[in-house]
Amino acid sequence: MTPKGRHAAGWWALIIPALLLMTAFYIAPILQVLAISVTEPQPGLGNYERLFTSESVQRVIGTTLRIGVITTAIALLLGYVLAYRIAMSGPKAQRWWLLAVLVPLWISVLVRAFAWVTLLRRQGLVNQGLLATGVIDQPLALVWNELGIVIGMVHYMVPYAVLPMLSSMREIDPRVLTAARGLGAGRIRTFLRVFLPLSLPGLIAAGVLVFIFSLGFYITPALLGGGKTLMVAEWIKLQILDLIRWGLGAMMATVLVVAILATLAVLSRLVNLRRLFGAGS
Amino acid sequence: MSAVAGHALSLQRVSKRYGDFVAVQDASLEVASGQFLTLLGPSGSGKTTILMMIAGFVEPTEGRVLLDGRDITALPPERRDFGMVFQGYALFPHMTVAENVAFPLRVRKLGRAERDAKVRAALDLVQLDRFAERKPSQLSGGQQQRVALARALVFDPALLLLDEPLSALDKKLRAELQEELKALHRRVGRTFINVTHDQEEALSLSDEIAILNHGHLIQVGAPETLYERPATRFVADFLGKSNFIEGEAEADAGGFVLRRGAARVVASGAPRAGRTLLSLRPEKIALLPEGATEDNVVEGRIASWSYVGTGYALTVMTPDLGNIRVHLPAWRIPVSPAEGLPVRLGWARDAAVAVAEDPGSPVPGGVA
Ligand SMILES: Nc1ncnc2c1ncn2[C@@H]1O[C@H](COP(=O)(O)OP(=O)(O)OP(=O)(O)O)[C@@H](O)[C@H]1O
Ligand SMILES: [Mg+2]
Repeated sequence: MTPKGRHAAGWWALIIPALLLMTAFYIAPILQVLAISVTEPQPGLGNYERLFTSESVQRVIGTTLRIGVITTAIALLLGYVLAYRIAMSGPKAQRWWLLAVLVPLWISVLVRAFAWVTLLRRQGLVNQGLLATGVIDQPLALVWNELGIVIGMVHYMVPYAVLPMLSSMREIDPRVLTAARGLGAGRIRTFLRVFLPLSLPGLIAAGVLVFIFSLGFYITPALLGGGKTLMVAEWIKLQILDLIRWGLGAMMATVLVVAILATLAVLSRLVNLRRLFGAGS
Repeated sequence: MSAVAGHALSLQRVSKRYGDFVAVQDASLEVASGQFLTLLGPSGSGKTTILMMIAGFVEPTEGRVLLDGRDITALPPERRDFGMVFQGYALFPHMTVAENVAFPLRVRKLGRAERDAKVRAALDLVQLDRFAERKPSQLSGGQQQRVALARALVFDPALLLLDEPLSALDKKLRAELQEELKALHRRVGRTFINVTHDQEEALSLSDEIAILNHGHLIQVGAPETLYERPATRFVADFLGKSNFIEGEAEADAGGFVLRRGAARVVASGAPRAGRTLLSLRPEKIALLPEGATEDNVVEGRIASWSYVGTGYALTVMTPDLGNIRVHLPAWRIPVSPAEGLPVRLGWARDAAVAVAEDPGSPVPGGVA
């Protein structure tokens, strides 16, 4: 073995503990979930059959996808505007903006979900304000439904949408924008034909990130959905902890993991994922 | 492509300040239709600022920009219809070469057939027709530069603005593209305004050069005029090399005579008196062979010398005038150079030019 080869072997040995940990705490449980989904309550694909036969299973998946898509769309839109604003401001202003975007990330999801409940419930600040100013005469149902879930989730997701888009926008050479205008494109056309296409990688990365996050989101939908609107994660918890239907819960968990992997696989054909999430370039 | 003549452009007492900092101070400039004008100056002298004010990206703090006599100071850049080549090219990385070149036509809403024809013609013009489908990142620096040119020319702009279009290239390629640029200017007959800090490029390309220093427009004129008759010490030093001789002048029959210690230097030109600075180009000085004479003769010893390919560069230490730099082609050196060798320097009366000191204020009208 060459000295270099020995070196390489040495480094590999160093990560073996990490590898073992990964296997023990990450891969093994997933495999076990997979196993449970095809063995409980009896061996076979019975649980997976439910995907095609059970209306409640289909409803949960439908709700999850719908909320995921809506949340992603809104979070991307808000995040894009925010990221654009940040990218266009001076270095000092940028730091303050970035801080403002990141602060919510340091506050517990739980706290934020409860804060939204207090704001959005029938006697909450928003409804009271609207009633007082006479915009409405009946309190609006803003929470404990899909709307509430979407509001809470968008709020949680926006920072995750901003960061990849901002890093993508920062890579755009400002001279290219000047060039577009010098060649006769107005502000809007410069944005549509040059800025938007060049920021597309960040937009896609943010979209994937937010969408995948939303599919498996638990706390916010559980608190703001009020138990009436079920998303996949809460449904799984319900099956396993309350109804003790391990097989069904494990099946849905497997479907979730497969859905996420499939999204990533499709995407990796379209764009360079490593670049997207900022590894090297 | 040369049916339309170029535009005439004029800057009238234009200034640009950033807070207290003066980037451009009271610059006035006339560029005639079809002319090739170069803005030349060291880094930070305000070249890009002037170009950006012409293009409309930077708003002058004072003064006006006129195009064919029409005030365009307030017109946004996209409505000025100028072709531009930016410092560093600024090609659109997500578009192919052909799409880059088509961009100005697209925003002008040309029909597809016409657009394709023009793109092809423009790519032919810069000899890049084979690269139409490549992305800019797959091109060499020189090819990118030509794409930028094609993109700037494709919509027949009457005025082309170029910000250091060649600065990123190596010396040989730069020389090649200078030739191309000059040929292109002749072919399309448009007004070109070029920015550079490369004096050779300015001299070889331009009909007119405007020299800038610290935001002041110091002198404007044809390359020969600027080289032969620099208005100030800065111009003489920046455009080529120069010796400077300072002394007391008084008028004489052929112009004036400058006294410095025991030495007398005669020069032609308008008679003048008082403290005067002379600029003397190193290549206008000869090493006089035994017995020969000149209007001005100075004795000295070679302090150092080097062979520079096109000839010899000597520094001659003279008791009267200090160190004098001399540049001579090899065939005009009567001796083989050696340190300490006594030599006699001679130059004609019209070789030296009186120049002004640079107080940081422009010489009104220059000498041109
Ligand atoms: N937006 C700005 N704010 C403040 N100062 C500026 C700004 N833009 C330019 N300047 C200053 O104005 C001066 C002239 O800048 P300009 O870009 O015109 O120089 P230049 O001659 O093009 O130099 P170079 O050859 O390095 O490109 C510089 O000192 C620069 O720092
Ligand atoms: Mg510049």
